[in-house]
Amino acid sequence: MAKIHPNRTASGTGDPMAIQPFTIRRIRKETHDTFSLELEVSGNNGNFVFTPGQFNMLYVFGVGEVPISISGDPAKKEILVHTTRVVGAVTKAMRSLKVGDSIGVRGPFGKGWPVKAATGNDVVIITGGIGLAPLRPMIYHLLTHREEYGRIVLLYGARTPDEILYGKHLEKWRSRFDLEIHLTVDRATGSWRGNVGVVTSLIRRAPFDPSHCISMVCGPEIMMRFTIVELQRRGVDESKIFLSMERNMKCGIGLCGHCQLGPTFVCKDGPVFCYNELKDQFIKREM
Amino acid sequence: MESLERILTEHPFLENFDPKQIKLLVGCASNVVFKAGEFLFRTGEDADSFYFIRHGKVVIETYLPQKGPIVIKSREAGEVLGWSWLIPPYQWRFDGRAVELTRAIALDGKCLREKCEQDHDLGFDIMKRFAMMIAQRLEATRLQLFDIYGKDTSK
Repeated sequence: MAKIHPNRTASGTGDPMAIQPFTIRRIRKETHDTFSLELEVSGNNGNFVFTPGQFNMLYVFGVGEVPISISGDPAKKEILVHTTRVVGAVTKAMRSLKVGDSIGVRGPFGKGWPVKAATGNDVVIITGGIGLAPLRPMIYHLLTHREEYGRIVLLYGARTPDEILYGKHLEKWRSRFDLEIHLTVDRATGSWRGNVGVVTSLIRRAPFDPSHCISMVCGPEIMMRFTIVELQRRGVDESKIFLSMERNMKCGIGLCGHCQLGPTFVCKDGPVFCYNELKDQFIKREM
Repeated sequence: MESLERILTEHPFLENFDPKQIKLLVGCASNVVFKAGEFLFRTGEDADSFYFIRHGKVVIETYLPQKGPIVIKSREAGEVLGWSWLIPPYQWRFDGRAVELTRAIALDGKCLREKCEQDHDLGFDIMKRFAMMIAQRLEATRLQLFDIYGKDTSK
């Protein structure tokens, strides 16, 4: 059983099984069923370093622990942000927490996005729904180190205009000339004048060089499956396609086996995988 | 000013199309402009054209009494709009409405159908390209129907 650990010695929470209490600094409602928790990084928690794409185990005291992707800016050391959707007892309890309350954190865990491999290439980010959350740290990173990358294209699909995550950020990023953003919704409502249709239909016309690009994909698995098909139609090699997988992560260090996917553990070997590492399992119905 | 032949030759939908057949297409092509809010076609009308959108955006929608217009898809620059001209009874199944100023090349479907009947190589090539487009759109529509961002399947 995990223990509460008041001190941490390395970046992250040190002992992977030790839960570190963090104070909630801000709670932001993102959409009707998603919210972000901003945690204070100070004192004993003062050196939390993570790679875009990694996740933490968040523990609501007395309720339970869930894996949540880190969704904040890796360069902002003073806050640690997680965005989640209310889907079960733990996230429901998490939503009822208040500013000033404590929440337990273990992490960061797993392998993140291929930050180095993307250097010098176009970067195509394709995501849907809450899948934008684990990609936001990568977008922050790309923008902080903008000169190291070629074209940066974000293709994002949501169910309806009201369910677009990080609307204000997207609006701000859209005003930049060095980042191309294409949004689409499955169902247009109200005064929406943007694209209507699935996110995969944006890939065909997206401005990137298929022979010099890295694509980063996160969303429901069925969306990722069709995204891979479209990327391959554009001529993107499977070694250039990276996916963030979600399974039932528990221990975070590949011991418990809850998140086993074929020969790999999503918590330790992922959650970000290169498609060619995963393709044998990816299309198997039972997986 | 760009010639219709050059524009059609460079359009991705007509990639590697026989240059002689491009000339046949040009014979059925014309430049068209639609203001925001203007309908390109309406449900039930004769479908005697299709469009290579060059600029702007068009939504494909249907009208439901009590609910009003429901947008199903949008099409924008670089895309082809319309296949009802190819399939009997050659009538539009949905409405097509420009949501911003839209410039397009309209191909006269009736004219092209006749040319396809006369030249089966042209007809087969056109049919293959539209079959691919229809298959991709069917795939996209199925994905849209899954409601993939719902709670039970989303990340």
